[in-house]
Amino acid sequence: MAVRRLAEQQPDSFAFTPENSSWAEKEIAKYPEGRQASAVISLLWRAQEQEGWVTKPAIETIAHMLAMPEIRVLEVATFYTMFHLAPVGTKAHVQVCGTTPCMLRGSDELKKVCQRRIAEHPHEVSADGAFSWEEVECLGACVNAPMVQIFSDTYEDLTPESFEAILDDFAAGRTPRPGTQVDRQHSAPQSGLTSLTEIDGGSEQVLRDPPRGAPVEGKARERVEGGNGASVPAGKPTPANEDLAGGVPEEPQQAVGRNEAAATPSGKQELAGRPTGAGRPDEEAARSEPTDTGSENLGAEPHKETTQEQAEKGAGREPDKTSRDASGGTDKK
Amino acid sequence: MADTRTLIVDGTEVEVPVTYTLLQACEAAGAEIPRFCFHERLSIAGNCRMCLVELKGAPKPVASCAYAVRDCRPGPNGEPPQVLTKSPLTKKAREGVMEFLLINHPLDCPICDQGGECDLQDQAMAYGVDTSRFEENKRAVENKYIGPLVKTIMTRCIHCTRCVRFTTEVAGVSELGATGRGEDMEITTFLERAMTSELQGNVIDLCPVGALTSRPYAFKARPWELNKTESIDVMDALGSAIRVDSRNTEVMRILPRTNELVNEEWISDKTRFVFDGLRTQRLDRPYLRENGRLRAATWQEAFAAIADKVKAAAPEKLGAIAGDLANVEEMFALKELMSSLGSPNIDCREPYSPLHPKNGRASYVFGSTIAGIEDADAILLIGTNPRVEAAVLNSRIRKVWRAGQTQIGLIGEPADLTYSYAHLGAGPSSLDSLAAGELDFLDVLKKAERPMIIIGQGALNRADGASILSRAVKLADSIGAFGEEWNGFNVLHTAAARVGGLDLGFVPGEGGLATAEMLGMEGTAPLDVLFLLGADEYKLDAISDTFKVYIGSHGDRGAHGADVILPGAAYTEKSGTYVNTEGRAQMANRAIFPPGQAREDWSILRALSAVVGKTLPFDSLTELRNRLAESDPRYLALDEIGDVAMDGLKSLSGHAGEKPGSEPFVSCVPDFFLTNPIARASAVMAECSSLRLGPRAEAAE
Repeated sequence: MAVRRLAEQQPDSFAFTPENSSWAEKEIAKYPEGRQASAVISLLWRAQEQEGWVTKPAIETIAHMLAMPEIRVLEVATFYTMFHLAPVGTKAHVQVCGTTPCMLRGSDELKKVCQRRIAEHPHEVSADGAFSWEEVECLGACVNAPMVQIFSDTYEDLTPESFEAILDDFAAGRTPRPGTQVDRQHSAPQSGLTSLTEIDGGSEQVLRDPPRGAPVEGKARERVEGGNGASVPAGKPTPANEDLAGGVPEEPQQAVGRNEAAATPSGKQELAGRPTGAGRPDEEAARSEPTDTGSENLGAEPHKETTQEQAEKGAGREPDKTSRDASGGTDKK
Repeated sequence: MADTRTLIVDGTEVEVPVTYTLLQACEAAGAEIPRFCFHERLSIAGNCRMCLVELKGAPKPVASCAYAVRDCRPGPNGEPPQVLTKSPLTKKAREGVMEFLLINHPLDCPICDQGGECDLQDQAMAYGVDTSRFEENKRAVENKYIGPLVKTIMTRCIHCTRCVRFTTEVAGVSELGATGRGEDMEITTFLERAMTSELQGNVIDLCPVGALTSRPYAFKARPWELNKTESIDVMDALGSAIRVDSRNTEVMRILPRTNELVNEEWISDKTRFVFDGLRTQRLDRPYLRENGRLRAATWQEAFAAIADKVKAAAPEKLGAIAGDLANVEEMFALKELMSSLGSPNIDCREPYSPLHPKNGRASYVFGSTIAGIEDADAILLIGTNPRVEAAVLNSRIRKVWRAGQTQIGLIGEPADLTYSYAHLGAGPSSLDSLAAGELDFLDVLKKAERPMIIIGQGALNRADGASILSRAVKLADSIGAFGEEWNGFNVLHTAAARVGGLDLGFVPGEGGLATAEMLGMEGTAPLDVLFLLGADEYKLDAISDTFKVYIGSHGDRGAHGADVILPGAAYTEKSGTYVNTEGRAQMANRAIFPPGQAREDWSILRALSAVVGKTLPFDSLTELRNRLAESDPRYLALDEIGDVAMDGLKSLSGHAGEKPGSEPFVSCVPDFFLTNPIARASAVMAECSSLRLGPRAEAAE
């Protein structure tokens, strides 16, 4: 980590787009009177999504919106490394995980690819302005190391070759399929299941290896034009694997406990109560595209029957059922 | 209050309130706890870790500054919690913390202005080890510009955040902040803008290392080569306790002293940085105006010229005005001289001021006392901007406002006072409508148990001042500001000399003329000879025919218009009594001698009295003071406020007088940094002023 300063070249002004403005108003209204400053991170994040990076005028604008001293907003913006204080690549900003597991699995090679294809130094924008990269600390996908994060999506199990293919896709304006880039489901063993191969103690039925969805083609995600013409990604943070993300918007942490939470009605309500990407139809479309089963459960199982069955089971449960029960039941099909 | 807890600190049993922190408890037990980030008057940060102590039962050493006595658990058999401040664990913890702090500290003490008075230096000596195991490169941090007063050497910063907390909490301007994190944390202002607080100099004292130092004092002196004189500030009417550090004939710097009743431990930037004005524009010899031009003269020539004029003039054609920086002794000498000359024309007040000792002392002092602000539950400011008129007092108001129980209203110019207030109006009519109950704030004042009305000179020094004073007193009476234990009527002065002069009765005698009349503001100039004792704030154009004798220290407005200049001493060059706005008599001491032929003002007046044939009956300052004490024993009780009689004040409310004018109140301090001749002679103050107000054309005088 280096000393984080505002970029030398700064735009003259910043304004939220009308949609983002009304979103920001709602966001600020979430906090009680006198505590508006609590919205500073979400506003900064939205400003970064809009502009690609956090600009000085954006900091000043947000400080004004939240009636905060500017230095306080600057403190937040410089504290969190996720806020880019300088322009990043317009097509992709690659965050290469360099923490131990990824390093052991070859993140150095990925960095070399970045240095060769993008720029010699991190945070440097490539000659055409389309790409930039940086090394980041653990992004929590160690089982699928090495990995990179580009905007809101992670690309895992990379080799220099598959990483280059992903960069090619971004260069061509396509959005590659996020998640693991090898033939396995999520973080499941590539060689097939090694444990929990039997269901319900004595059953002989063995879970098949789930099939992989066909990658990439036709999945290019729409990119929206930012308020000032800068191309920015549509995505908000979404779970690494789009297969699972369909019905669980804005719940990245659900990657672990997803089926438990979703299997109980209360969990559903909770999710339903979350803000969806209202006003951002492109994002919604992108999100529901990969699988449109609408299943909140461990929904990679392509058998529609089973999915519905699970859904029914899930819906019928008492709200206070423990999640352990729920997941046990899910397995029992 | 009675909720206390018993602790055993290093084997000593001590009973402390549960609200104490461990650090305070240890200090109560006499143990010394090193600290960097902790400061009594700031919030607790707990980030330096220097105050670690061993708490029996706790798995690790605890940061005593952030650990409440309330949270200490008793021993297994109910014995009091035990704290060990000298145990091997504590010692090791301190050594470890110190080693970490010194990892990135440059150890450039030989070139550091903090050297010799540096907390880190002292504590490294006391609690550190003599080596470091850190072999890597040290961090280096770019210096930041945060204003013309505070110099930064940011590599030295240990991130205690005292400065950030001070500016945010006490000064009330959230300008300093800590950007970045961890090793990359840096203290800065947004985009390196200059700080705007008039209390910013205090971060220099707060900084435990040499990261924030005084820019005007940079590389000027070492603390051990300075003579330290405890004195009293005269830049405003608070009488802040200061320490004047001098070397040979120069004042090198001015620091605050702690006086809980007045300035706590803060002083304003004007107080702190005005010292370079003590060297420039000085009057170091008498001057005499001949053929329209001032020429240097001898004392004899100057005195002879004055004596001629005084002897030629009728007594009622003589007058004297005392200025803002005059001390009690010299005003007393001048008053005695004028009365021996038979002239009733003396005044120490600003033009049109309605304040008069005949109305009792309560009518012109800050009745609630400065420390009393903290007890107030509603405050009404009338025609005053305390932030510029008394910056340290303003921080006291901010302190009580931050506590959350006090509501503040303002009638006058809206300004950023560093706290929120209800703006009730701009002028006298708003005062009337408030008194008539047309504004909700009256209920706030009436409900308050200890309401305060602070009336500034901006509301008083005007033609309708008397009527406004009466109305304010009437309002104070109606809201119950005059209780048994509480006097809620406060006059905020801006001149250090004012209350002393009023106490002394330095006001026109029977048939005497007041300041405005003497200065020809009411028709033609009535006087033949006018003595100006450091009176620099008045325009002298209208009295060009009057023979003006200026006694003072600086070549400022008064000297420019004078016919004879007698060089006096500045406040650091004479011993004298000043009475602050609350009526507290305090003694300022001499740190250095006046330059050249300049003399202490009282001795000038004494010498002059002999020349005009009315020799004053004292030959030394002690004799003068004895006579002063005879006339009013109050001056024997220094540092006390003395009796504040309320009778005259209450009678004021009876005659609310004629209807006041409609002009809005204007603060009497348009430019915080340039309120007196010393400040106007200071290059530092000029820079601050132009930074605050933007560049201006030089006033053509």
